[in-house]
Amino acid sequence: MTSDHAATSMTSDHAVDIDKHVRVYITVFVALMALTIVTVAVSRYHLPVPIAVTVALIVASIKGSLVACYFMHLISEKKLIYAVLALTVVFFIALMALPVLTVHDGFWIR
Amino acid sequence: MDIPYTVEVRRDTGLTNGKIGIWLFLASEVMLFGALFASYILIRVGSASWPRGDTFLDVPLATLNTIVLIASSVTMVMAWASLMRNRFGTFRLYMGGTILLGLVFLVVKYFEYSHHLHAGELPRTHNFLAIYFTLTGLHGLHVFGGMVVNAYFWGPGAKLWKTNPVWFTNRVEHSGLFWHFVDLVWIFLFPTLYLL
Repeated sequence: MTSDHAATSMTSDHAVDIDKHVRVYITVFVALMALTIVTVAVSRYHLPVPIAVTVALIVASIKGSLVACYFMHLISEKKLIYAVLALTVVFFIALMALPVLTVHDGFWIR
Repeated sequence: MDIPYTVEVRRDTGLTNGKIGIWLFLASEVMLFGALFASYILIRVGSASWPRGDTFLDVPLATLNTIVLIASSVTMVMAWASLMRNRFGTFRLYMGGTILLGLVFLVVKYFEYSHHLHAGELPRTHNFLAIYFTLTGLHGLHVFGGMVVNAYFWGPGAKLWKTNPVWFTNRVEHSGLFWHFVDLVWIFLFPTLYLL
């Protein structure tokens, strides 16, 4: 629920709704703390780099998704916001793929 | 002339203009940090050897900063929720907490930076340090910027609550979106720079 949705009044039903949200925020906070401990604990095992990168990115992605979905309310957002973000994701992936083109001394861009 | 669609939503988008504006801005921010992350990958993959972050950096301090920033995201969203419940006093407490936690983050960062500078670990010393200072420096500027906006809403900007509470609530939500984004960036920066 965003404030846009509740632009005109703050009724008692609405207050109950916000109370539910507050409980979710606290649950997400606990989950984020636990995942932070997991991230640091896993790094102490000195895993091989590819495995360490994979694990770290998976945990970070879960944490990022929790922040985006619940703190940023993306779980209940309007279609236009999703469209903007979908386009952003496409360009972001393209950006992340650019370094891959340099693999094998730039074989892919010769 | 009044700014249109600050309180009421547009019929075509179902959103206020401010909400669309902040999300478009955040999309541009994703690309800004994305470009730097891509640079990091390029430098790391192209390097003959790469140090683990903890050989240069203080992991316990960075873990503390991660906890601080996540906690600040919670206080931020609670500040917004307080306004939604019509509790302005509680909003002030939570928003003040968010600003203080942001300050703690920057103070810890200051200690980290000063340690590196005194040890002669400068951006020119190693590619790792160059990308570390660039990424964390830009992120730190974002934390500072977010604090300035939040301080405005905690202080002089809060006058709007008396005349137009819904607009004020929307503004706090938008500054919160930026603050959560800054938290989200750190969630990826922390393992990337400190733990791998």
